[in-house]
Amino acid sequence: MTIDSVSNAASTPDVVLPFAALGLKDDEFARIVEILGRRPTLCELAMYSVMWSEHCSYKSSKRHLRQFAERIPVQAKDILLVGMGENAGVVDVGEGFAVTFKAESHNHPSYVEPYQGAATGVGGIVRDILTMGARPVAVMDSLRFGPASAPDTLRVLPGVVAGIGGYGNCLGLPNIGGEIVFDPSYLGNPLVNALAVGVMRTDGIKLATAPGPGNKVVLFGARTGGDGIGGASVLASATFEAEGQRKRPSVQVGDPFAEKVLIECCLEIFAADLVAGIQDLGAAGLSCATSELASAGTGGMRIVLDTVPLRDPTLAPEEILMSESQERMCAVVEPSKIAAFMEICTKWDVTATVIGEVTDGDRLDIYWRDELVVSVPPRTVAHEGPVYDRPLSRPADLDALHADDPVLLPRPRSGPELLSTLLALVVSPNLADKSWVTDQYDRYVMGNTTLAMPDDAGMIRVDDSTTLGLALALDGNGRYTRLDPYFGAQLALCEAYRNVAASGAVPLAITDCLNFGSPEDPEVMWQFTEAIRGIADGCVALGIPVTGGNVSFYNQTGSTPINPTPVIGVLGVISDVQLRRSIAFPVDGEQIFLLGITREEFGGSEWAHVAHGHLGGHPPLVDFDAEIALASVLHEAVGVVSAAHDLSDGGLAQALVESCLRGGRGAQIALPADVEPFVALFSESSARAIVSVAADRVGRLASLAAAHGVPLLALGTTGGSTLDVEGQFTVAIEELAAAASGTFHSLFGERG
Amino acid sequence: MTVSVGVVTFPGSLDDRDALRAIAAAGAEPISLWHKDPSLHGVDAVVLPGGFSYGDYLRCGAIARFSPVMDLIIAGAREGLPVLGICNGFQVLCEAHLLPGALMRNARLHFTCLDQALSIENAETAWTNGYAQGSRVVIPIKNGEGRFVASQATLDELEAEGRVVARYLGGAPNGSMRDIAGITNERGNVVGLMPHPEHAIDPLTGPSSDGMTFFTSIVKALIAA
Repeated sequence: MTIDSVSNAASTPDVVLPFAALGLKDDEFARIVEILGRRPTLCELAMYSVMWSEHCSYKSSKRHLRQFAERIPVQAKDILLVGMGENAGVVDVGEGFAVTFKAESHNHPSYVEPYQGAATGVGGIVRDILTMGARPVAVMDSLRFGPASAPDTLRVLPGVVAGIGGYGNCLGLPNIGGEIVFDPSYLGNPLVNALAVGVMRTDGIKLATAPGPGNKVVLFGARTGGDGIGGASVLASATFEAEGQRKRPSVQVGDPFAEKVLIECCLEIFAADLVAGIQDLGAAGLSCATSELASAGTGGMRIVLDTVPLRDPTLAPEEILMSESQERMCAVVEPSKIAAFMEICTKWDVTATVIGEVTDGDRLDIYWRDELVVSVPPRTVAHEGPVYDRPLSRPADLDALHADDPVLLPRPRSGPELLSTLLALVVSPNLADKSWVTDQYDRYVMGNTTLAMPDDAGMIRVDDSTTLGLALALDGNGRYTRLDPYFGAQLALCEAYRNVAASGAVPLAITDCLNFGSPEDPEVMWQFTEAIRGIADGCVALGIPVTGGNVSFYNQTGSTPINPTPVIGVLGVISDVQLRRSIAFPVDGEQIFLLGITREEFGGSEWAHVAHGHLGGHPPLVDFDAEIALASVLHEAVGVVSAAHDLSDGGLAQALVESCLRGGRGAQIALPADVEPFVALFSESSARAIVSVAADRVGRLASLAAAHGVPLLALGTTGGSTLDVEGQFTVAIEELAAAASGTFHSLFGERG
Repeated sequence: MTVSVGVVTFPGSLDDRDALRAIAAAGAEPISLWHKDPSLHGVDAVVLPGGFSYGDYLRCGAIARFSPVMDLIIAGAREGLPVLGICNGFQVLCEAHLLPGALMRNARLHFTCLDQALSIENAETAWTNGYAQGSRVVIPIKNGEGRFVASQATLDELEAEGRVVARYLGGAPNGSMRDIAGITNERGNVVGLMPHPEHAIDPLTGPSSDGMTFFTSIVKALIAA
């Protein structure tokens, strides 16, 4: 068998390489030849093709994402310790603690193989957090599926949920929240977005860099196998080897036990200060880790591929480079620290191997069986890939969508009609009780969870030594974004921001997971750029920075893209977790108030979706000043109001139902006389929340609301076993509970 | 007098820190034990914590049961050393034959995390003496393989000897025979429990503080001994 070495490539310039099958365009291939001054070897072709893929290079999104880094709000500059571009952003949360958090998509693998796709999605994002030097402390997830009753949803959802639980539970990370949404646009293309958060001391941040010639490159964790290298089979077949074409699975298989051990091993290594740089192995495996480390470091690195511990000894070198085997890390370690490093790996029974070293050159050289099979300038692989300025075009159907105003839809008017609308919303899969899903996740492990689903935000205590807490919310709204990507993305941002504020925390920073169709479709690209602009403007207005995130393109079935779905994760801090707030009405006899202004806003609403299968008009108005004022009241009312719940999908009616059900008690409500009852109950105007407050604290709430200019409307009182809306309807809490909890059980079976 | 309680960390243990925290909160000295430890460091009692030791590969608890530290714990338990196995720890105790029966996949095959109502049926063990007989408590369960099974003869023997320590109220969420959530050995020093009392020591981070009594009970028992 001939090894396609650098010298072989130089002497056989006319060999035809399967670059198109690996996803490279003609001009991209030509650029590789130009960079190298010869044709690439098969190994080099493997590296460039995966690293220049949309997934790894961000080639369509890069020029648009720049505005996140260029437009950091002034007030956020001091807290942002690590910004965009590293594995995850890091923010200073006070008391010497730093927090890193990020959301990432694993949409396509989860569609092909729901359990492993979702499981490795959790594993990957947790490794990103670990790589920054942090102990991962919680996970969340945002899931979107086709219609709940669609046969494919019955295939995909249970597997995705079991995969998230199977991996996260075994890692010992509490799952503290997220969202589950059903919409026909995701049939054939579910969205599985996972968020992880980690905590470290501010002086404990690690970076993905390989400084210092002579330092050793150590690969540790799981052995390298043939998973996740479906694409490499093209290369294998191209070589016409005696073994013939290899068939490899394209979805990776996760081993959460290996990752749990790897986490503990890494944290012990970090505590002993034994690494100069570190990178996890995710997409593009060793190709990515070696080129990114070298590119961010001195520039030179020599790797001996034969030393990589393999699960399958028949792997070809290009397969080793492309393998996406999970639970692996790559560290750069000073020679004097290698012994101590290896000792900790031995303690945890983690395989660790020196596979190369940092050199004083400027090339990444990789050897296989004594032949040089890769010799590339690492920056050209990792950081200087192609960048596209894709054409944009406002969707042709947008004006028609806007003209199709929900004001024209028949609406409920009488009390009984309003009640049956309420019940229809409560049982609808998007609003129904999600405990069938969330009860499959461990929310208690680590002993620091102070709020979890179905509360507005998840909240954890930073650790036992402090009362400092972190709140996190993850929200998106594909329908709003379809109607208006700029404002839709901002509404997702506002909702997550409001959810964090409702819990009592102060919003601090965001991560985003941007799920869109094909960037080669100018209408999708327009949606994407509008959403980015919306998020960037929104973050400036709210004064919180984007710390990092993920772009997932090509979410479509045939030529039909999903509803554009930016999912926003907002991180907040609370100085004393004892003062956290649930959505639950906690006791009888408290007063319920509505904060904010209600307008008639039904474009993209849950009501229009459930009652009419309608999507049209404009999404609710975005008002950042109102959001900031509301968040200020909610934050300053910590210790004043005993429950708070943001208003979003389903409006006031759904919020009241959820606060009643969470608290196991009813409420007596009188709607304002000057608003149509249907609008008061179901409109989705943003910048609103309901609060429950003891009678003797109403004055303090009123003065806070007045100070911030937030309208305050008395709605009624908590208590009883019914939800009464005066003059309209009365419904038993028991009936609401049965309606809400029945949906998932009847769709997906009994739990337990 | 200070008593010390050890918590074993196997590879894949998850609730070890929680157990150590609960022990400290109960006023005992928490001691972390490594699965390869050749000694129990003089601890007065041991907790085998929840988690997925060795990934629960092969069978839950089947590999952990052969850890070096388990030889010492098995020998100690036979001499009266108090041992509490929580969740995965319960599975390890069954695999080690310190307790009868086995824990199988939940009846409907789902991992299930719930705030679970239980009744304490035996308030005389080293780990439950602080409870009133029959008291109702709410403690989280979180397991995928928590369905207790045993032969009819073993179940009858457990019932007859009062060795059912805790029972699920409102029906077992996982299909456990006779709604059994926890059992003890003949001597009452070894207790296996599927629910997690270490997650119910503070209403801030759990559904109640009902689980604390497991840890204060052992401190009381050790001081009295």
